[in-house]
Amino acid sequence: MGELRLMKGNEAIAEAFIREGVDAYYGYPITPQSEVMEYLTAERPEKRTGMVVLQAESELAAINMVYGAACTGKKVVTSSSSPGISLMQEGISYIAGSEVPCVLLNVVRGGPGLGDIQPAQSDYFQSVKGGGHGDYRQIVLAPSSVQDMYDHVALAFELAFKYRILVLIQSDGLIGQMMEKVEIGEQKKRLSDKEIKEKYDSWALTGRTPGREHNIVTSLELDQAKQEQFNIHLQNKYAEIAEKEVLYEEMEVEDADYILVAYGSSSRICRKTVNLAREKGLKVGLLRPITLWPFPEKRIAELAKRVKGMLSVEMSAGQMVEDVKLAVNGKIKVEHFGRYGGMIHTPEEVLEALETKIIGG
Amino acid sequence: MTEEIIIAGFGGQGVLSLGKILAYSAIMQNQEVSWMPSYGPEMRGGTANVTVILSDERISSPVLRKFDTAIILNQQSMDKFEEAVKPGGLLLYDNNGIIHPPTRKDINIYLVEAAKEAAKMGSAKTFNMVVLGAYLKIKPLVELGNVIKGLKKSLPERHHKLIPMNEKAILQGMEIVKEEHLV
Repeated sequence: MGELRLMKGNEAIAEAFIREGVDAYYGYPITPQSEVMEYLTAERPEKRTGMVVLQAESELAAINMVYGAACTGKKVVTSSSSPGISLMQEGISYIAGSEVPCVLLNVVRGGPGLGDIQPAQSDYFQSVKGGGHGDYRQIVLAPSSVQDMYDHVALAFELAFKYRILVLIQSDGLIGQMMEKVEIGEQKKRLSDKEIKEKYDSWALTGRTPGREHNIVTSLELDQAKQEQFNIHLQNKYAEIAEKEVLYEEMEVEDADYILVAYGSSSRICRKTVNLAREKGLKVGLLRPITLWPFPEKRIAELAKRVKGMLSVEMSAGQMVEDVKLAVNGKIKVEHFGRYGGMIHTPEEVLEALETKIIGG
Repeated sequence: MTEEIIIAGFGGQGVLSLGKILAYSAIMQNQEVSWMPSYGPEMRGGTANVTVILSDERISSPVLRKFDTAIILNQQSMDKFEEAVKPGGLLLYDNNGIIHPPTRKDINIYLVEAAKEAAKMGSAKTFNMVVLGAYLKIKPLVELGNVIKGLKKSLPERHHKLIPMNEKAILQGMEIVKEEHLV
């Protein structure tokens, strides 16, 4: 067993960046995720592993630094919160169009606009439907505990390099700011330039290799027929990810009459709702998507064959509920419940909503 | 065992660090913990509160409406959280600045005059440890040895010289806590 610490979600993920052997972090401060860069700066990762930590002049600069550095096959990461992530969308689309692997953290806060600094889950559409332009996808992981914040870093980089894709870790102010017990893993070594050249020489900008053509990393292709072929290649890659990389967790679904669908901090609140409902004799279960894209649509379709109704619970006005409805395809009743704008629903409020909107409705 | 606690008072009273030390102590004896602060602009000089959960099992919601224990350190928090104690639960408070003491008859109420005691000890900063001692006397969920280990983990090394004084404050809290009303 590794070392146990009491950490905030934001601190745990920052420690995980260092231990994962990340080469560079570029970011710009914004509440409720400022502890990420604060922690990194205090830990002096340039001494611990040689990792670069740089405060950029803006979110636009940060995402373009990520883009540039990631073109070289290095492990690169940035973090921000909702308004900052909106500013990064141009760079994110370019990264998708260039098939550059990297990792991004969004500690979501209440919106729209500058909104407030309290927890929210209202960036689901932006994360899973694409906030930038063009036919692209990104893998979206939704941690539900401080331990997940730590563990998802290794998973995110594994997926990013396996598919040459941007992986977004979508957290929120609640998981970022709360402290829990975390088991810290081993320090991984950063890859040397030679190791990076051996692994990624087929696409990365690793310097000249005798006998190979220049690698060009770009999102520009003015020949529309070639651009269509490139898009078909992207779609095939996304189809493979949707087939192979879906992750979810279940609680008490075996005998359930009703299912709550919730991710991240809402899934934590719903675990308590399941317990409260079971105490009242209601057979309620929970499905927690770990990957928001790819979405566990097959599993939801299977469950829809044998349960009576589903309540999608999200700290938003109702975003993920659209994907739950698509998966259920009209077979059973699906409704949304959630507080938003920075307010957090309690387990009791979720139970009330389940009783009025689904069971009694 | 699951214990769901709200600790509430003014910013600067050591509310958040009291929760943190309690959480660290529970980790020292292999329990699951969560520590969820209210955060935001209201923390600057205003009220501060933190929800701490200690459990032998995986913790579900870090956000709660009802609590097994409320540790209340100012009037605003009394107004807000007296009602949030589960029937049969515990309310522990310091009466410094309290105009309306708790009135519920279906919960256990204890008083700790921690502000007075800390002043007597000559160190206002040990206030929160007096409160912690009082709580641990009523509910000995973590062992004193683990609290000391927790203090060592949560305090930077340059402050380790303060640990004996904190330990003394905890023992003082255990000594002076008073029953006011039992169910």
